[in-house]
Amino acid sequence: MDRYVCTVCGYVYDPALGDPDSGIKPGTRFEDIPDGWECPVCGAAKSDFEKE
Amino acid sequence: MKPVEIAKGIYDVGVNDWNIRDFHGYSTHLGTSYNAFLIVDSKIALIDAVKKEFADELIDNISQIVDPRKIDVVISNHTEMDHSGGLARIMHRVGEDKPLYCSKMGQKNLSLHYPQHFNYHAVENGETLSLGHHTLTFMETRMLHWPDSMFTYVNEEKILFSSDAFGQHYAGFEKFDDRMLDDIMPHAKKYFANILLPFAPLILKLVEQVTAMGLDIRMICPDHGILWRKNPGKIIDAYVRWSRQDAVRKAVIVYDTMWHSTEKMAYAIADGLSEQGVAVHPMHLRKWDRSDIMAEILDARAVVVGSPTLNNGLFPTLGDFLTYMKGLKPKNKIGAAFGSYGWSGEAVKLLTQELEGMKFEMIDPGVKVQYVPDEKAIAACFELGKKIGLAM
Repeated sequence: MDRYVCTVCGYVYDPALGDPDSGIKPGTRFEDIPDGWECPVCGAAKSDFEKE
Repeated sequence: MKPVEIAKGIYDVGVNDWNIRDFHGYSTHLGTSYNAFLIVDSKIALIDAVKKEFADELIDNISQIVDPRKIDVVISNHTEMDHSGGLARIMHRVGEDKPLYCSKMGQKNLSLHYPQHFNYHAVENGETLSLGHHTLTFMETRMLHWPDSMFTYVNEEKILFSSDAFGQHYAGFEKFDDRMLDDIMPHAKKYFANILLPFAPLILKLVEQVTAMGLDIRMICPDHGILWRKNPGKIIDAYVRWSRQDAVRKAVIVYDTMWHSTEKMAYAIADGLSEQGVAVHPMHLRKWDRSDIMAEILDARAVVVGSPTLNNGLFPTLGDFLTYMKGLKPKNKIGAAFGSYGWSGEAVKLLTQELEGMKFEMIDPGVKVQYVPDEKAIAACFELGKKIGLAM
């Protein structure tokens, strides 16, 4: 599973960890995150992420 | 500093920090100011607090206009401690139960700074607040330059309170751009180069959005330095230009030296560049602050970096500078490396790798010289300067 980097602040989404604070369970692929999800660090949109 | 009425019923109640010279590693040769604004209407609003040790001065300034207890709402445009350090003291005087307006990220970040349970009101992007005659509109400006950053716009007066954006580290009695003319621009440029440069693509996007919205801006009031009332378009245009990172025919040679050999190389490269008609600035890392060097690099097409080899590695100041420059993400640069060495000579290779990692276009493998550069080595450095000039 690919990791994705926020192009705005540099946060890395790691599918193994998910983003439990926003309800994204560990093991969730980046592609399967809902579109309304935001970067937990800076609030950037999902579309602002790039594959690491 | 006494309060200044900047529009009817709107005051700058901020403070000057005359003698600060090192602002978290940024050289502030002329000090700075922490601006804060008071809007007196049916409801009274305070925009931003100041650095903690200036909280009493802010309260004194407010008290010259109104009793601080009469403030109805406090707005935090930015969490960083030079604008929120005074919040606890301010909220204590204003009333702990009064609403504290900030962005969603602002609430999150303020609560990670201060244990007090403020009466947070996290605004939505575009949310408005009526104070009576004046209506405020809040605009989220995430990562300009922190996740919490937002602007507050006064619809009727067309005043934009822009937090750190468009600011300059400058303390003076002049409070407006028309009193400073172009003298303020180098300070604004240095601020951009050292604070906002990593977020340049977001600035271009924001300016596009604001233009599309047709937002009319009569005055821009940043949280540091002078306020842009005569020609706010001038600083917006400059931000667009700096964000695009359009370069001029200029080279900055950043170096350190132990026995002047790397320095001799720097000067010979400078001569080669000059011959090509390039404006050149050789900057010795222990004579220039890193923030002054970045201000010079902002619109330079070439950055040439030199280091002696010390114990198989870079001279330590290069580590400082390269780490700093990398974080600021300058774009569209060409580069080259040089340096003197005694026996192993790793520095030029290490510098080249670092600059390549920052996506600089390296136009030469670099020049390394054992011990002291002789005539031939000086000629090679001169040729390197010419080659860089020709590549521009």
